Amino acid sequence: MKRIKRQRLGAIMLVIVMLPCWVIPAMADEFTQEDLTRWGSEYMTVVKQGRKVFTDGKLGTNGVSCGQCHPNASNTHPETYPKFQKQLGEVVAIWEMINWCIRNPLEGKDLAADDPRMTALQTYISHERRGVKLEPGKH
Amino acid sequence: MTKSLTRRNFIKGAGALTAIATVPISMVELVFADSSLNFTFAHISDSHIQQIKGTKFVRNWDRGLIRAVAETNLLNPKPDFVIYGGDLAQLGGKAELDRGAEIMSALNYKIYYSMGEHDYYEDLGEYWSKLFGKHYYSFDHKGVHFVVLNSILTYDEWTYDRWPTGKRRMLEMAMIDNPNGSPFMVGKKQRDWLRQDLANINKSTPLVVISHSPLQKIWRGWNFWTEDAEEVQALLKPFKKTTVIYGHVHQIQYNQIGNISFHAVMATAWPWPYPATYSQAEQYLPKITVPMNRADAFHERDGTGWQFVNMTNGNIDLHYTLYDNDRRIVAFNTITGQPEDMGYQAENKRIPPQSHY
Repeated sequence: MKRIKRQRLGAIMLVIVMLPCWVIPAMADEFTQEDLTRWGSEYMTVVKQGRKVFTDGKLGTNGVSCGQCHPNASNTHPETYPKFQKQLGEVVAIWEMINWCIRNPLEGKDLAADDPRMTALQTYISHERRGVKLEPGKH
Repeated sequence: MTKSLTRRNFIKGAGALTAIATVPISMVELVFADSSLNFTFAHISDSHIQQIKGTKFVRNWDRGLIRAVAETNLLNPKPDFVIYGGDLAQLGGKAELDRGAEIMSALNYKIYYSMGEHDYYEDLGEYWSKLFGKHYYSFDHKGVHFVVLNSILTYDEWTYDRWPTGKRRMLEMAMIDNPNGSPFMVGKKQRDWLRQDLANINKSTPLVVISHSPLQKIWRGWNFWTEDAEEVQALLKPFKKTTVIYGHVHQIQYNQIGNISFHAVMATAWPWPYPATYSQAEQYLPKITVPMNRADAFHERDGTGWQFVNMTNGNIDLHYTLYDNDRRIVAFNTITGQPEDMGYQAENKRIPPQSHY
């Protein structure tokens, strides 16, 4: 009897301890299908923005777009960065190579690493490369 | 069967181009060929001259064409003529076509022009016609029949009914990975013309077809494709020696379908990746093609160039003159009956830059 009482007490205590989890939404590891859908759609919105920045020719000064040389963002290889970029002589992250392209074929100015357009560009090219295994360092 | 390998200096350089003069180009001639019928021509394609505003144009694409014209003028022996493979302009406006025509006017040879989609879709080739003439035609040269097609047409509904302006139509077709685009075709009217044109030609006459689109089906996604390819190929089939030379793809491709040899040419503007590098797509490339080297963006002209073509005994050797790479020669092998790379065809001859992913 005593043992059962103690167990019941324990259960009640547990309920009290757990209570805040039900009251306050979105604690860690508590997300719903609705959340997943929303996050997916936020991501796809940025993918679409990225494709626009990649193809509309407004990133540089000469009207040339990234997409002119990289249809479907092919031959950008986001899965191989960071890597030793032989032409720069050091290991770089992909945003530095993107800026190289903006400066040269596009005759434009560098974007900051956290510029929303830079994020959008990386989101788009990674999306077109989804499913390809990570191979940092590969040339 | 014997072959003799003759080395000649094909380009005599001067001034800034002396470095090129030191590079001998190996020519292959078949000893049984009637050498009086051999001739060469040059092929320049896909320059994409792009207007920024007013008199400002994209320097990079300008330089590609200017260099091709300068080097072609230095060819020795001189080619009999030059073929332009299409996409002289980026968005087909008068300013771009005029500038392209002006750069091309420095060539010392007769030029035969063919139409690319970038020349066509703003005004359906109207201004291009004023500069260069008919959209499709044929001519004969030293026993070879040449046909120039306008192979970048598409469905009437897409061309005439879908877009509010010519400019918009051009922009939609200009982006090769655009899902709003439409597949290239030669079309019934032109196929009927081709049937008529070929009717009186002896079937043993070597035939060379100049086209912008591939006249074969490689990958529809980027319009490396001709919707009525089979119908066109059927018209070429009765001829014993037929070669199709096409632009559009900005890369080395070659193929053999029955009696028809296919050769793609490089752009003077920029190279394109192979369709196989798009990981979301099915992979297609003619099995016999040894790919070009992966382009190094840090060398502005890498992966671009122009071609000269040696017409020997009715088949062609196509010489890719690559600005920042070793030259590549793809020649018809009479033993295997297909075009083959003279340096890299065997599996064990391939080099790492030829792997694309």
